[in-house]
Amino acid sequence: MQALAVAIQSEDFSVDAENADLLRQSNNTGAIANFVGIVRVNNDRLTVVSMQLEHYPGMTEKSILRVLQEARQRWQLNAARVVHRIGELHPGEQIVYVGVASEHRHAAFDACAYIMDYLKLQAPFWKKEITANGAHWVDARESDSIAAQRWSKP
Amino acid sequence: MLKVLFFARLREELGIGELNCAAEQAATAAQLRESLVAANGEHWRASLFADNIIVAVNQEVVDWSQPLQAGDEIAFFPPVTGG
Repeated sequence: MQALAVAIQSEDFSVDAENADLLRQSNNTGAIANFVGIVRVNNDRLTVVSMQLEHYPGMTEKSILRVLQEARQRWQLNAARVVHRIGELHPGEQIVYVGVASEHRHAAFDACAYIMDYLKLQAPFWKKEITANGAHWVDARESDSIAAQRWSKP
Repeated sequence: MLKVLFFARLREELGIGELNCAAEQAATAAQLRESLVAANGEHWRASLFADNIIVAVNQEVVDWSQPLQAGDEIAFFPPVTGG
């Protein structure tokens, strides 16, 4: 088990099991911060029946690992991991897990938010929503690039 | 040879996810995009030249001026929407 880890999988994940792994591979951890993304029931006022997640195998893992490495350069991190699901998902299901272990809470909170902001901008995943009105590819949001800009402020 | 990949909306619009292309046809990513339109018909232009299309060479996002060489893997895709 490595201190920085990325898993792309169609199966669901257990937050407890992921956090236990995170703790097992780190020393003197005093804080774990998590983010868990969930498929919404309503997106842009349409009822989502299911969602299809496509990715670019190879590049996805590399790009997320790079974000984890960048986070480790900015904050004191003992371990960090990302699990991202692909394939068919339904409302209420978990999509993505981010776990960060650090000695103190501020580093864990901030690194977790940073990792999620950059994953959204850089990791090659694409969502297609299947709604009662038909299927469509989800558009990228301007707010996601604005969210990541806060990390470049001095 | 160049290995060319298309993802998501582009893959659906073009009806193909992967193709091979002679390396001599394209010295840069921009030239490859033009030669794909020339080889496959003008209907490819609307998809490949849509706003915000991203190009990656060997799994790194690059500028359109990126030089290409035989054996490269080039991917075209729309803005990403994971997480």
